[in-house]
Amino acid sequence: MTVAGTNNASTVVRRRRRAVVIDKKKALVMGLYLIFLMLPIYWLLNMSLKSNAEIVGDLTLLPQDFTLENYTTILTDPSWYMGYVNSIIYVTINMMISLAVALPAAYAFSRYNFMGDKHLFFWLLTNRMAPPAVFALPFFQLYSSVGLFDTHLAVALAHTLFNVPLAVWILEGFMRGVPKEIDETAYLDGYSFSRFFTRIFMPLIAPGIGVTAFFCFMFSWVELLLSRTLTGSDARPIAAIMTRTSGAAGVDWGVLAAAGMLTIVPGALVIYFVRNYIAKGFALGRV
Amino acid sequence: MTLVLEGVSKVVAGQTHIHPTDLTLQNGTMNVLLGPTLSGKTSLMRLMAGLDVPSSGRIIWNGKDVTGQRVQDRKVAMVYQQFINYPSMTVFENIASPLRLMRMSAAEIKTAVHEAADLMQLAPFLDRKPLELSGGQQQRCALARALVKKAGLVLLDEPLANLDYKLREELRVEIPKIFEESGAIFVYATTEPEEALLLGGNTATMWQGQITQFGLTPSVYRLPNNATTARVFSDPPMNFLRVTKAGSVLAFGDGQTAPVTSHMAAMPDGVYLAGFRPNHVALSPNVPGAMEFNTTLSVTEITGSETFIHLDHNGEPWVGLIHGVHHLKIGQGLKVYLDTDHAYIFAEDGQMVAPAPYAKAA
Repeated sequence: MTVAGTNNASTVVRRRRRAVVIDKKKALVMGLYLIFLMLPIYWLLNMSLKSNAEIVGDLTLLPQDFTLENYTTILTDPSWYMGYVNSIIYVTINMMISLAVALPAAYAFSRYNFMGDKHLFFWLLTNRMAPPAVFALPFFQLYSSVGLFDTHLAVALAHTLFNVPLAVWILEGFMRGVPKEIDETAYLDGYSFSRFFTRIFMPLIAPGIGVTAFFCFMFSWVELLLSRTLTGSDARPIAAIMTRTSGAAGVDWGVLAAAGMLTIVPGALVIYFVRNYIAKGFALGRV
Repeated sequence: MTLVLEGVSKVVAGQTHIHPTDLTLQNGTMNVLLGPTLSGKTSLMRLMAGLDVPSSGRIIWNGKDVTGQRVQDRKVAMVYQQFINYPSMTVFENIASPLRLMRMSAAEIKTAVHEAADLMQLAPFLDRKPLELSGGQQQRCALARALVKKAGLVLLDEPLANLDYKLREELRVEIPKIFEESGAIFVYATTEPEEALLLGGNTATMWQGQITQFGLTPSVYRLPNNATTARVFSDPPMNFLRVTKAGSVLAFGDGQTAPVTSHMAAMPDGVYLAGFRPNHVALSPNVPGAMEFNTTLSVTEITGSETFIHLDHNGEPWVGLIHGVHHLKIGQGLKVYLDTDHAYIFAEDGQMVAPAPYAKAA
């Protein structure tokens, strides 16, 4: 009995030790991965808080000459901060148009059978298979001729070409999860279609709408080529401004880094609100 | 208030879901649609509700043709097998929603909702969301919403099928009560003959998209018009036996005979199908002149106080229901008996020729 007892005890100890080792290994791998992910952001933050002289000088891991001047420049100079305003305006317009168009379309795909519905549904996605560069020239020519060039609407409309198909796919996935009987019960209760859609259906797929808005935001916010091609000065987005900072005095590294930091903020905020549903969104709502 | 279906049929992509059907449902009646899965119960209900438009025929409500009318204008209520509520609203708002659309005053709505909630024992849960309730309570909520608007036609599509046994019994007792109070036409779809018998009213038996018989529930059960109805309206299904009548002798099986009794006397000689319910199978000859069958026992199921015996009679599967617990040897020959007065006689095409005398007497 005693022998068996000690045996057991030593097995338990060994097992515990092994568990600790595995935990340490896990932490190490996780830590390396986090460092790998965070390094560029850390470096960006680091640069944004340094002066230009320090940036081009010796390597320092923390700002020796701590300054917020770079941020002050951006937040006081209209040629900088209007970039953010422009970006936010066309991203918002784009999200609204995309959702307004995609909600009814996704509902139709999820609820009705019509001729060629499956082909049409797939064809929507093929729109995303072409790189934005393909469409830069036609859009530029078209918008110039109808007077839309250098407006927020121009960029917003151009981005819907990519966002509407994605939005339809994501929303359709979420809508498919809602039983059709809910629609019918609502009609039997006397709801008109529009009332049912806004009062009952939209609250049910609210996470889907949030995720869709996020994906529209993500594409539109980071897209550079179309937004730069279709704007001159009035509607120029922040990403375009950031590519044109080498002036007569050379590159203003610090301000550029600060602009980069500020560009990350809206995305981080939006991601925070839909964090629980993002995985489902990446699976186009089909989880 | 009456609902009349005139030659209503439904064909989807070349497949006939509902064969042309004529049916009249009277005001204040409980009507059970009884049939196995895929027999067309739900399809027929959807046509009644106006959710689907019939391929042919007309639907007449109170003398008015409502074929193809918008469901919103039909004032019909429906409860599904799945528990369908509006998840984003509280139970109170769920029940109140049809009334809000009717533009009733807030005070009236409150009274009506509380009345319905009391009836369905939902009063303590009015502030909760439907998904925070148990399955039984969710279905009560759906029922309350269907009742509160005082629709003239209430369709219940297997409302208890997704509930566990205890809750199902509880709600089944309540449904006739709420039906009494509503005064509406109730249509209740179920796969279980027992449920139809417990609910009473009228029963329409359905088989492959057709109503095989419609009438008062007990009389459909006791006097089925044809073999299909008898098969549908019996659980376990009715057993069938091919018999040959020649004069006063009934031949069956491998050469056995029995004397012809009163209800078969008037039939011309020929081949018939004899049908009998499982509960009439006996292990000993209960009356003189009972038919004797040589069968093989394949399975026994003991449910506590009764024993189901699954038999093989010349290749035909039979089921018998015997009172009491019997431990019988499986795989061996078993003699079972049937009083000829318990046998329904159908023609070979399934039409009823002579009902069993016991059923007529009842």
